[in-house]
Amino acid sequence: MSLELLVAVLATVVTAATPLLLAATGELVAERAGVLNLGVEGMMLVGAVAGFATALATGSAMLALLAAALAGTAVAALFALLVLVLLADQVASGLALTILAVGLSALLGAHLVGTPVARLPRLDVPGLSDLPLLGPLLFGQDALVYLAHLAVPATAWFLVATRAGRVLRACGENPEAAHAMGCPVRRVRAGATLFGGAMAGLAGAFLSLAYTPMWVEEMTAGRGWIALALVVFAAWRPGRVLVGAYLFGGVAILQLHAQSLGLLPVPAQLLSMLPYLATILVLALVAGGRRAAAPAGLGRPFLPPR
Amino acid sequence: MALELERRPLPSTLWRILAPLLAVALTALAGLGLFLALGADPSRALWSFFVAPLTSLWGVGELLVKAAPLALIALGLAPGFRAGVWNIGAEGQLTVGAIAGGGLLLALWPLDAAWVLPAAILAGMAGGAAWAWIPAVLRTRRGASEILVSLMLAYVAQLLLSALVYGPWRDPEGFNFPQTRLFQVSLPVLVEATRLHPGVVLAPLLALLLWLLLGRTLLGLALEVTGRAPAAAGLAGFAQPRLVRGCLLAGGAMAGLAGILEATGPVGQLVPVLTPGYGFTAIIVAFLGRLHPLGILPAALVVALAYLGGETAQIEAGLPQAVTGLFQGLLLLFLLAAELLVHYRIRRREGASRR
Amino acid sequence: MSVPPRLELEGITKRFGRLLANDAIDLVVRPGEIHALLGENGAGKSTLVKQIYGLLEPDSGTIRVDGRAVRIGGPRIARRLGIAVVFQHFTLVDALDVAENVALGLDERLPRRELARRIAAAGEAYGLSLDPDRPVRELSMGERQRVEIVRCLLERPRLLVMDEPTSVLTPQEAERLFATLRRLAAEGCAILYISHKLAEIVALCERATILRAGRVVASLDPRTTDARELAARMVGPEPHAGEPHAGEPHAGEPHAGEPGGTSPRRPVRLAVERLSLPADHPFGVALDALSIELGAGEILGIAGIAGNGQDELLAALAGERAAPRPEAIRLDGRPIGGLGPSARRALGLVAVPEERLGHAAVGELGLPANTVLGARERLALAPGGVVRWARARAATARIVQRLDVRTPSLDAPAAALSGGNLQKFVIGRAILQDPLVLVAAQPTWGVDAAATAAIHAALRALARAGAALLLISQDLDELLLLADRLAVLDRGRLSPARPVAGLARAEIGLLMGGLHERTGEVVDGA
Repeated sequence: MSLELLVAVLATVVTAATPLLLAATGELVAERAGVLNLGVEGMMLVGAVAGFATALATGSAMLALLAAALAGTAVAALFALLVLVLLADQVASGLALTILAVGLSALLGAHLVGTPVARLPRLDVPGLSDLPLLGPLLFGQDALVYLAHLAVPATAWFLVATRAGRVLRACGENPEAAHAMGCPVRRVRAGATLFGGAMAGLAGAFLSLAYTPMWVEEMTAGRGWIALALVVFAAWRPGRVLVGAYLFGGVAILQLHAQSLGLLPVPAQLLSMLPYLATILVLALVAGGRRAAAPAGLGRPFLPPR
Repeated sequence: MALELERRPLPSTLWRILAPLLAVALTALAGLGLFLALGADPSRALWSFFVAPLTSLWGVGELLVKAAPLALIALGLAPGFRAGVWNIGAEGQLTVGAIAGGGLLLALWPLDAAWVLPAAILAGMAGGAAWAWIPAVLRTRRGASEILVSLMLAYVAQLLLSALVYGPWRDPEGFNFPQTRLFQVSLPVLVEATRLHPGVVLAPLLALLLWLLLGRTLLGLALEVTGRAPAAAGLAGFAQPRLVRGCLLAGGAMAGLAGILEATGPVGQLVPVLTPGYGFTAIIVAFLGRLHPLGILPAALVVALAYLGGETAQIEAGLPQAVTGLFQGLLLLFLLAAELLVHYRIRRREGASRR
Repeated sequence: MSVPPRLELEGITKRFGRLLANDAIDLVVRPGEIHALLGENGAGKSTLVKQIYGLLEPDSGTIRVDGRAVRIGGPRIARRLGIAVVFQHFTLVDALDVAENVALGLDERLPRRELARRIAAAGEAYGLSLDPDRPVRELSMGERQRVEIVRCLLERPRLLVMDEPTSVLTPQEAERLFATLRRLAAEGCAILYISHKLAEIVALCERATILRAGRVVASLDPRTTDARELAARMVGPEPHAGEPHAGEPHAGEPHAGEPGGTSPRRPVRLAVERLSLPADHPFGVALDALSIELGAGEILGIAGIAGNGQDELLAALAGERAAPRPEAIRLDGRPIGGLGPSARRALGLVAVPEERLGHAAVGELGLPANTVLGARERLALAPGGVVRWARARAATARIVQRLDVRTPSLDAPAAALSGGNLQKFVIGRAILQDPLVLVAAQPTWGVDAAATAAIHAALRALARAGAALLLISQDLDELLLLADRLAVLDRGRLSPARPVAGLARAEIGLLMGGLHERTGEVVDGA
């Protein structure tokens, strides 16, 4: 394989990893605060359709991303309302949200199917993007790729080094103790949930505006669920989300290339199974060892006594 | 004005029954708003959605034909949901059930002996159970979340079905359509001019059976306890891994049953998209029925009506098909919100306390 | 007086639904004073503390700090007023380290290095050494309390509230704590010391306010008041406390002489032989070669600070975790180490865990269902897997009647019962099965005096009838009252059992803290 081809393949891996990275980082923050939001898939879909529609209507990538983030946040707000205010079951609420969002995005996007849209513009870093080989790979990507990759160290730093991050972790580990120390547990959890929603919305927008610039019903194809598995794989550590996203991105690209090149004499559908099978395999291998790493208050409702 | 929640000393029995009704009412209300927003004549849309489907024998039959698989799957899921076992991949188990039973029929084709159909149904149940066995074992042995594994397997099953009907199982005389031959045997039709099949009768029978099982046996108690207090279940001596596996396998078998009944009943062959997402929608049915076998039956009818209404409304009022999915999501959402009233009282905060 | 009281409560009232938790409480704490707030479980002490710290809002009444009426809207406001609290159930986050936990309760933002320096400084000044980098989950209960106290000290509190601080300490650790508190008081800090242990209060406090059923029933000087009178005021004039229970013979005599004292001739009911179990989760305790021999009619007490293997011991005896060798646990000579809880109950070994709701009973389920869960084997409540609800209700009725369980109805969910009544139900359920061996953890934890008396009487009666009892309790007084012999569980190891008669408290205390010294851990202060 030539070096150029390798770089080209790596570039596609980056784009396959980016939506997972965005969604998983957002979900990771929510889970570290103790909120298990299974609605990632739904938030991504709504973000994807909102971003797509806005890009079509305004032609502005900036506005499209903003709309996607807001749409994801809005769905997350609904989830927060359900589980933090109305104290609904987190698992069931996440499922409800996904079902709702699948329907909602299909409804909103019904007239958008088959319409082409301009891909997210590349933001070249002056000087660096012209470097041979690695230049376009590292410095010639669109805004979301940069954002996704910056979000990882930023999240890690936030969780470990800042006071707010410490409070957030305390709310996820032991909400009663955090409350007794005067931390606004529900507000922190709401904030983390909304952040997760915004990131999932952006992840969806990346799919509909950059990965495959078009809108198709249920175009996330389970990536939201894979992002959830990634958080487990990463043992709730941002740095490992990066590793996992590339692993899954790599598998996805591998099967795409195998399909398009006809490398293997098997039906395309069997190759398409690979990302899902890889997710199952990873869960089977690591999940048992990860239970101790999970935030102790994950999924546990908290109602401050008054 | 500040509202506050006060936990009821005991869950409200009244609201247990009212909550689903309230959720249905709120969904209908939201539907009204949605029709208005879509520019449809609301009264006509509501009529075509909720009433028109029931004005003919065919419509009533279709309602039951759609409700039966929903009820069967939900009956399989409910015990697991009671025990905190989240099998959300019933769609995949349904698909694999149809593949297993359908595959047997295709393998035996054109044999149509009397035992062929029962054998196919058993194969369907075994296929669904086998598909559910994977998340079961991965959860009990490896600690992997059955939510994620069963869901991933739903995608895999869909791709598997697609690979089969586009590939080796494609009807050789089917003009290259992605579908298998029509099966040599099919479920009998119970009432002429409908598609009513024995599954419609089977669902209430199994509901009754499950009701007895849950209410009268130690197993029912064990499920109840495992979901609510795992430590208490351990002390009581209930083997949790076995319960978890049992729940998943039973749920898989029921979904597989629903799948093969669809394939040998209304559909009559294997096609790439076998059902409009019954496996996922059954989750809503299970919750709407409050995870109670006898509650699941009316819940299945309500949700089936939404399917049917969605089809009619699409034709008559020009509403997009996606409305059905939206309604289902809203229904579950309202249901979960209304659940609050079962456990909490909402009261106005007294002004005196603010000082 | 020229100096206003540090804290003055006037008419503080707090209601939860139908329960009046605090009824017009008045309380005055002066600078430099160690003030006891005394009361039984459920008297309303913790509710009052939460209002002082802003975690609950009073329905009515006034709080004054340094003479100024204040509204304490939350812990931050409380801290700004100089109020610090060490809670009974610690408010530490296991996954964070010591410094992070301290920072969580500090409103000042400090760089980590400065924080570590101050933790060290406070530790040095008050004899509370701590490693700021250790995760809290690795700390013992005593060390955890140190973290809480250091966190309070860094706030330079003007009022320090200690909620049942000694319940997790060995007698020696408690002494060390008292020294710290006296020093703080001498420096002018006001201390509100909450406890139900009379001896401590007499030793430490110069003023005591006694709470009963949400009301202040006395305010007095404990040093000049007879301990018996303190107790009487705390429990109230009702006849139930310490009185014989209906249907149960009064166990007025100390147990020690009863059926044969520590006579070695009694048949051995339960024999545990070098039972070792690895910790089943990263923060659990491993059991290390435990041996127990328990005779018919005997009560063996297992003392020790929580978190030293009590949960694991109960799980191992109940059968929730199988022993590595079946012979490691024998019931009447028969190896049962490999059997599960249900099979062990069938043979006559019944266990009652500490956690009433969620472990011993399921709150959402009715009492008959709970009876089936814990007593179906010997009472044949579910033969062949089919539940006989009529029998289950009849058995429940017998439990309710025998232990005088107050319940809204026979079918009420377990959660509808008060803590004491649920505990009576759980103990009664165990007793109804005529167990050969009863293992009970914290049988009267958080239970009022009347229920405690009823439970104690029932346990004694059971032992007299020939059952062997193993009581795992943190409450040393309870064990000294009930047990014939006593052993101490410390970091997964069990000391040899000693007859209670003639055993000095200090000796038990040494045993409880014994291994701390042996493992070479630094013991500071004292």
